[in-house]
Amino acid sequence: MSNEASTPAPLVNVQIDGAWHQFPKGTRIIEACSQVGKFIPRYCYHARLTSPGNCRMCMVQLGMPKMGPDRKPELGPDGKPVHNWVPRTNISCAQDVSEGLSVRTDSDVVKEARKAVLEFLLINHPLDCPICDQAGECRLQEFSVDYGQANGRFLEEKVKKPKHVEIGPRITYDAERCILCTRCIRFMREVAKDDVIGIVNRGGQNYIACHPDRALDSNYSLNTVDLCPVGALTSTDFRFKMRTWFLKETKSICTSCATGCNTVIGSRENLVYRQTPRENGDVNQAWMCDYGRLAFRDLASPERLLTPIVRGGDQPDWNTAFASIANAFKLVAPGQTAVIASGKQTNEELFLAAQLIKALGVTLHDIVPHTSEGDDILLSADRNPNTAGAKLLGVSAATPGANLPAIADGVRSGEIRALIVLGEDAAQIGLSPFALKNLEVLLVLSTLPNATTAAATHVLPSAGFAEKRGSLINKTGRLQRLNAAVQAPGIARDDWEILSALLGTLTETAPGFATLEDVFQAMAAATPAFAGLNLGKIGDLGVQLPTASF
Amino acid sequence: MQIPPPLLTQIDEAISHYPVSKRSASLPLLHLFQEHFGYISEEAISWIAEKLELQPIAILELVTFYPMFRRKPPGKHHIRICKTLSCALAGAASLRAKLCEATGIPAMSHGVAVSPDGKFSIESVECLASCGSGPVLMVNDDFYQAVTADEIPTILSKYL
Amino acid sequence: MPAPARRIPHPREKRMVFANIDREGYTPDIECYLRNGGYAELKKAVTLQPADIVAEVKASGLRGRGGAGFPCGVKWGFIRPGETKPIYLICNADESEPGTFKDRYIIHQDPHQLIEGMIIAAFALNVHLAYLYIRGEFPHGAKQLETAIAEAKAKGFLGKNILGTGFDLEIYVHRGAGAYICGEETGLIESLEGKRAYPRIKPPYFPAVLGLYQCPTIVNNVETLCHVKHIVRMGGAEYAKLGSPNNTGTRIVGVSGDVVKPGYFEIEVGSITLGELVNDLCGGVKPGRTIKAIIPGGSSAKVLRGDERFKIKAKAADGTLVEKEIGVLDIPMDFDTMAACGSMAGSGGVIVMDDTRDMVETLNNLNHFYAHESCGQCTPCREGSLWMRKITDRLLAGGGAVSDPELLASVSNNIAGKTICAFGEACSWPTMSFVAKFPEEFAARAKKQVPAFTPPEFLSETLIGESI
Repeated sequence: MSNEASTPAPLVNVQIDGAWHQFPKGTRIIEACSQVGKFIPRYCYHARLTSPGNCRMCMVQLGMPKMGPDRKPELGPDGKPVHNWVPRTNISCAQDVSEGLSVRTDSDVVKEARKAVLEFLLINHPLDCPICDQAGECRLQEFSVDYGQANGRFLEEKVKKPKHVEIGPRITYDAERCILCTRCIRFMREVAKDDVIGIVNRGGQNYIACHPDRALDSNYSLNTVDLCPVGALTSTDFRFKMRTWFLKETKSICTSCATGCNTVIGSRENLVYRQTPRENGDVNQAWMCDYGRLAFRDLASPERLLTPIVRGGDQPDWNTAFASIANAFKLVAPGQTAVIASGKQTNEELFLAAQLIKALGVTLHDIVPHTSEGDDILLSADRNPNTAGAKLLGVSAATPGANLPAIADGVRSGEIRALIVLGEDAAQIGLSPFALKNLEVLLVLSTLPNATTAAATHVLPSAGFAEKRGSLINKTGRLQRLNAAVQAPGIARDDWEILSALLGTLTETAPGFATLEDVFQAMAAATPAFAGLNLGKIGDLGVQLPTASF
Repeated sequence: MQIPPPLLTQIDEAISHYPVSKRSASLPLLHLFQEHFGYISEEAISWIAEKLELQPIAILELVTFYPMFRRKPPGKHHIRICKTLSCALAGAASLRAKLCEATGIPAMSHGVAVSPDGKFSIESVECLASCGSGPVLMVNDDFYQAVTADEIPTILSKYL
Repeated sequence: MPAPARRIPHPREKRMVFANIDREGYTPDIECYLRNGGYAELKKAVTLQPADIVAEVKASGLRGRGGAGFPCGVKWGFIRPGETKPIYLICNADESEPGTFKDRYIIHQDPHQLIEGMIIAAFALNVHLAYLYIRGEFPHGAKQLETAIAEAKAKGFLGKNILGTGFDLEIYVHRGAGAYICGEETGLIESLEGKRAYPRIKPPYFPAVLGLYQCPTIVNNVETLCHVKHIVRMGGAEYAKLGSPNNTGTRIVGVSGDVVKPGYFEIEVGSITLGELVNDLCGGVKPGRTIKAIIPGGSSAKVLRGDERFKIKAKAADGTLVEKEIGVLDIPMDFDTMAACGSMAGSGGVIVMDDTRDMVETLNNLNHFYAHESCGQCTPCREGSLWMRKITDRLLAGGGAVSDPELLASVSNNIAGKTICAFGEACSWPTMSFVAKFPEEFAARAKKQVPAFTPPEFLSETLIGESI
């Protein structure tokens, strides 16, 4: 978001439920009401999409200033305009505030209008709550309780429409639950730029559909599930898995690319069930891509590394593992170690890796670039979430990956005797298990086994992105923080703890950092870009770093 | 899909009537296809969408919204009979029943109902705007008003 | 069977727009039109200032003849002076309101009158591209209009440099495909843009501001545009002498249903009463029958009971306003009195029902129409129109519950005023008015008791199957 100063819009005076307020010209009535604590129930309206005004739920009563013969508003005894009240209710989502407007959000006629709309929405709505994933975060449920009527008067047969339609590879659609608010259609057209869903049939028979030749398979399709106010569009991955009210919600960020979309991780009893985007106007608006959203599934893989592994067989405890590593490194001279770090690591981990690099006299170190096709919506071509941090903290080469060929050559030629791989697979830089067998020490931090862990002398199980805390810098230089939603499995540890202990072991000093905050402090002291910051100051929405620091 | 050149010419002519937006030609193209082929096939939907540079759902939306478009072939001659109030008051229901009898179409049919011999199909439609001379019906594009039961054989014979 | 013998205009009629309808020897081609003075008004109009033509239309008091009765001059005045976006004119030839049958005859028998009216309107509004949206079920009408347009172009009345004035105008015929909601002006615009005919919310999509292709657009009914030609002919003030203040000019009304001689009539607005129309011009109801109900302005207009009485304010001889009581048959065929009596002039489609007709069946027929024609965009209409139809279906099938009349009244009230477009009123006013005006007929079919809290497995079949 630009920080340029722009001329602020002029303010208009608006009365809401008797109290006068001021709002910038161009504010929607529904937003103005929210801003003063008067929430207007709504289905089809979304602040980031166009407003079709079709659900009719956001009704309010509007009063226009009574104009005198001199074309100026008539003033009452309190010196404020007198109002002519529009006899019918009006929707509040498609009109901006105007000078002298008065709004009633909870008069009797407004309450009756809401009851009427809710009744209409419920008459054909199936009694699916017991099996519907949306229960607990369903706006039809919520508004029925808040604004609806208790008794049903519908004696007819409900309209039958298709249920559990595989409308896309990741989305299930239930046409009977659908209230035709069209948020999904507008999102696909306006944000995802893939105008692939529409409405078929007419009147009470209509429902959302794809043409048979296409599917709702966009990389942004799951945002429609977030947007859907009811259980019409649901995530097939999440279907029937967990009741939403059991989910612990942890604010975090996505680590699947350099955009760093803000997220909420939904977990229960140490299992992550879903991720949803969290609103951040400076990063991802209210969206995230499917690729990043579903990346949590690896966390529960049965292949997860649970304990340290030494020399391919033993599974000792951590202390024994560190002792073994210390011994192994005694056979390695300074300058004979290379480090393959990762653009997926947090700043704190990279800072500790940099310390390790200095302590071991490492000259060959780099991260592994991961690039793929990006788009101009959210997905970055850079699939490393913290390339910026790796460069800033001096762990990456100036051009990430530039040192990797030298590292590979060094290993093959025998010049490199010890290779530390932090969360990557050396096979990706062309080092086969055969080549790796030459190394005196192959120390790997990983969450899952791969070709490198199979060839390693020491494997240390580390934490997945939802199991650790730390900070990362996204592609625009925004510093954002990860929060831990679940614990790492087995006796796997948070990477910063492992690296801090390694540093201590290999330099034969006591571990210098008791908490992650201590690491950040040391990092901030050594890095001007982080001056004055701490993990708390990063906040839920992150902090934009000054661009000069890159 | 094979489009005969004269139809292609008509299609391009229709599109030229909408200089601002090609999408406006959706309905005219659907009419041209239905007039030529008798109904709107799945290929037609895809063809029209591609021609107008639209997603195919944009055309499918129209075909399912506007009742004049049929997705299955009708009978050789298609009868539309009005069922709305004024024609109903003038006896449209019994006229329809007699028409069904005369063509062999089951009386309780819905939508576009085709006779077993494929010669005729019947569809009940809404007000055809000739309320003062009901009951009214159309056979293909021909309009008939104040139709009585004994006229049915004469009318149908024109099309056999 | 050949079309009914050509009708002779009734002496009480004042034929102006319908002057050439049913005329012996009158044909729709341009030569016939020219022989009868056609395009003289266009020749006159292009010598006037566009703003003056708009002023004449304002002075005439012409109200839209499509059903809403909105003052045409005021609508035209919504176009911003100095507008830089292209301005479009659309003729709404989607005549679909049940009971209405007038535009059909203009289109099929006197298409050039409409074309001339359109060209004059386009000239007045600075329009260079106009569309004629005609319902899909008028295939011959569409061809007739296309032929007429080609003929007009060949004579220099359309196309480039019309009559040497430098004014360019193209008119294209656009066929609809069977949706009543395309008669709603913003639904029509959406349909013309190649989309489903979903009416737009107003604000902000007032057609005169954000219409076709988001440009200023005027949508006028066929008959309205024909009146424009006559206003140019006689001048707005002269036109306003016809009818009465605020209810000026002539209008075409059509009568159908249980009258002996149904048909169409062009009358001075308010010059005859509903009773004169039904009894004198249409021969009344069949011998031995009485008038039970009249829908005076197309099926969306609220129904009037044959024996209803109204208290209205009328001007006495000395000019003061006095209250007087009138019966249904005394209502003049105008806009304001009809509205004061709780219905509307609408599109002039008068439907008469005699005492042999069942009002629940009648309403059910209309409910089927509206449930079928609802576009489905907004909640109250999509759900409510189908609900009302299901209730009257159940009433007719013998499953009427004691609570049903009140339910029908409540549901219809919950739709009206809460929808995106006037279809909400159109689909709910029949139910509202039939239930209110004929409570005894609905009560007679609504005798069964429904348990206070219906269990989920309660089916409407239970009500239908159970004997009282």
